[in-house]
Amino acid sequence: MKKNVRIVINGAEHRAEVEPRLLLVHFLREVAGLTGTHIGCETSLCGACTVLLDGMAVKSCTVLAVQADGRSITTIEGLAASENLHPIQEAFWEEHGLQCGYCTPGMILCAHDLLQQNASPSEQEIRDGIGGNLCRCTGYQHIVNAVKAASRKMNQRQRAAARAAD
Amino acid sequence: MASNGKNNGKAKANGQWVGKRFKRKEDPRLVRGISHYTDDIKLPRLVHCVFVRSPHAHARIASINTEAARSQPGVLTVITSADIEGLGMIPCAMQMPDLKIPAHPALAKGRVRYVGEPVAVVVAEDAYTARDAAEMVAVDYEPLPVVLDIEKALQKESALIYQDFGTNKAFTHAMKSGDIEAAYKKADRVVKVRLINQRVAPTAMEPRSVVAEYLPGENRLTIWASTQIPHLLRTQVAIMVGLPEPAVRVIAPEVGGGFGSKLNVYAEDGVVPWLSMKLARPVKWTETRRESLMVTIHGRDTINYLELALKKDGTILGLRAKVLADMGAYHQLLTPLIPQLTALMLPGCYKIPAFDCEIVGVFTNKMSTDAYRGAGRPEAAYDIERIMDCAARELNLDAAKFRSKNFPQPREFPFTTAAGLLYDSANYQQSLKRALQLAGYDKLRARQKAGWKQGKYYGVGVSTYVEICAIGPSAATPAGGWESATVRIEPTGKVTVLTGASPHGQGQETTFAQLVADQLGINPDDITIIHGDTLAVPYGIGTFGSRGTAVGGTAVYYAVEKLKIKIAALAAHLLGAKPADIVIAHGRVGVKGNAKKSMPWGEIILAAYTARSIPAGFEPGMEATHFFEPSNFTFPFGTHICAVEVDPETGEIKIEKYVAVDDCGNVINPMLVDGQVQGGIAQGLSQALYEEMVYNEDGQPITGSLMDYAVPKAAHIPEFILDRTVTPTPVNPMGVKGVGEAGTIASTPCMVNAVCDALSPLGITNIDMPLKPERVWRAIAAAQAAVPPPAATTAKSARTARRTA
Ligand code: FES
Ligand code: FES
Repeated sequence: MKKNVRIVINGAEHRAEVEPRLLLVHFLREVAGLTGTHIGCETSLCGACTVLLDGMAVKSCTVLAVQADGRSITTIEGLAASENLHPIQEAFWEEHGLQCGYCTPGMILCAHDLLQQNASPSEQEIRDGIGGNLCRCTGYQHIVNAVKAASRKMNQRQRAAARAAD
Repeated sequence: MASNGKNNGKAKANGQWVGKRFKRKEDPRLVRGISHYTDDIKLPRLVHCVFVRSPHAHARIASINTEAARSQPGVLTVITSADIEGLGMIPCAMQMPDLKIPAHPALAKGRVRYVGEPVAVVVAEDAYTARDAAEMVAVDYEPLPVVLDIEKALQKESALIYQDFGTNKAFTHAMKSGDIEAAYKKADRVVKVRLINQRVAPTAMEPRSVVAEYLPGENRLTIWASTQIPHLLRTQVAIMVGLPEPAVRVIAPEVGGGFGSKLNVYAEDGVVPWLSMKLARPVKWTETRRESLMVTIHGRDTINYLELALKKDGTILGLRAKVLADMGAYHQLLTPLIPQLTALMLPGCYKIPAFDCEIVGVFTNKMSTDAYRGAGRPEAAYDIERIMDCAARELNLDAAKFRSKNFPQPREFPFTTAAGLLYDSANYQQSLKRALQLAGYDKLRARQKAGWKQGKYYGVGVSTYVEICAIGPSAATPAGGWESATVRIEPTGKVTVLTGASPHGQGQETTFAQLVADQLGINPDDITIIHGDTLAVPYGIGTFGSRGTAVGGTAVYYAVEKLKIKIAALAAHLLGAKPADIVIAHGRVGVKGNAKKSMPWGEIILAAYTARSIPAGFEPGMEATHFFEPSNFTFPFGTHICAVEVDPETGEIKIEKYVAVDDCGNVINPMLVDGQVQGGIAQGLSQALYEEMVYNEDGQPITGSLMDYAVPKAAHIPEFILDRTVTPTPVNPMGVKGVGEAGTIASTPCMVNAVCDALSPLGITNIDMPLKPERVWRAIAAAQAAVPPPAATTAKSARTARRTA
């Protein structure tokens, strides 16, 4: 028995009739055509499929599309406005936080969630915070450096914005 | 923090771009998630397939019933071995005199020999339907005795995997030099150890994936595959499916890591294109993680018997080794090659006058082993660096000094090793010295001694490794060891580089651009590197064996040099000068010593295309191709030092410091080299501490998910202190050696040495990997039962009561 869903992805509404068992990650990749969200395990163990669901990081292979009905998703394609990179994306680029890039979208969205909760995480807090996301290429050091750099960038921008508002 | 890129060596190959920390050209598309890996490829009328796999490690297939699956709505077809008679075997590229190569059909025929072996394939309109239908394929198996232990497999009473062979032995191979008997006679001590190098799973984060589209009208087959070797794959698939090679195009789009596991030709690589040809529809298969752990090649899995004959003063007289290597049930592309690399690198960075090594390949009812990051060299480094530590302890010598005593001197290079290799260049003493300094070695040793008196188990692990890279001269490789490059300067002056290398995370789109930018005096942003498309790129070998830059980059270098000669000829003609006086720099082409005579870059290149005024014999256009055949391998080296504390109550290991001093010759981009080293160390440490592919007594892989197979998380990996020395290689003009595998090779023995060192007061000389707390705790408990705790004894008295855990 198929069900109708309406999911807002990166600001655009997607309506479809889906099987109740369809995973959100398959909805994103196959129905919405957004393949930046990767699949590394389909069993919630690698984090490659991490997206933001109403602003919070979730592994989209453990969410059913029907559970996301009426809710709002941000995928890696929607993180930055237009041509610019989001500060976390910039930081991953500058700090060489990726090699093959497969874990990267999930890693960046996970870092986004972490930095929302803790704007200036310590090295250990970062390592623990990205504990649900595996990277086989980097040995994590440059990812940790990238999250630190992103935190600095975002804090700076926030301070600058606050000053501008004063 | 890593102390990046400190160059201690004399020679530096720095230009405006080479040697600089330069942000990767690949990254903007990757951090946005807008480029495409194989599974991201969508085609009209695409269908999906799922493989039905054997649940038995060894069984006769009595019958297969595909009726129920076939009748499902949305299912296009279900095939078994009977349907693919025309499809060629899965290839093994190795040839050796006594090598037994079993027939390796893409779908099991009559018999299955490992869990996960493909038996049938279901094709359906969508992946969910294909998965459901695959469950309905009914296969009747009659289980057969299972062969799993490589030592038992060689005994007479063992069951056989191939009756025809009459043995489970796949090959034996001996390597000898010097007089080993004389060495043993002269020796004051022969140190012995048995080491297990456990089976591990490469676990690239992107699972394998194949999309094939056959267009019958054009007789054209296009394959997108997550591969490290697009051209070799094209040749092999063309042979398997019976198409002329020009009709086949392989594209390696973004590839999400390989680590050797995608340096192969798998059953699915043949079956998916075959299905597309039969159905005249595009077909996709993407591996699940469970499949990835079960049926993508595994690495390592050897048992090693080692003996080192020594004089009292620590001089090595001879090394004897027997290496038993688990092949798995079939040979994949390079399966039997891997232990040969172990034998070749066993002498490590030491002078060993006599060497006697035997390697034996053994069939078992498991997935094939093959190249996993380091491929045979981590096993060699583990063997020699572990026994060096055991020997130092037995002779009561310092682990660092004992190693240093047996190093060849820098002036002895090129140095011929006991295994007959010619090491290109090295300064082992310098890298050891730098690592000892960075680690604060003397302090660590002092603290260790003090700690032992208080019942604290501090350990220091040293690993002075050397590896074989830039694979390699063709004469020493099964399928060609050269690499190709075509460089085309387009009429607009922008540069296209087509490389036969096939990077999948290494970043050669960036490093090659840096290299060419310096050669041509232009900006890296004006250079585009194209790879991984057999229709665009001249035949190439691919990316593995730390060869991308040292071999592929050198091909690019020489192709550009050819173009520089051409540019000089044209410029000389147009500027009225001698070609020898032409200077190409800073976006201009001019005449030496005459500032007025010069042309902008774009103008001279355009002149080569308009060709209105060209010198006699000048070919229009601006394109050159070079196939680079290296004269030798390169041999990067270095020293890693690790300090640990082991908790005797829990067996837990705390990594307190990890220092890596690597020498990969000249460096094109220090940031990328650091990345390679860090990722490599993480993988090597993880083998030492966490990872193991476990089969139970029935041959079932029980580490079949990422829940059970321990890929490390960020909190499991420490921060590394990195440095470099620079000893350029004479093998290529850039002096680069390769760095993709260094970390993996050095770190595994370094870690285990540290733990065994910490526990040496208990008389523990070896614990087999992975050093999980439980295993360490058991070793400690057993040793403590035999020896009183260290607070009540001295390290010296404990040494007399040595035992192996
Ligand atoms: S694919 Fe979702 S966590 Fe791995
Ligand atoms: S960059 Fe390859 S898995 Fe993280």
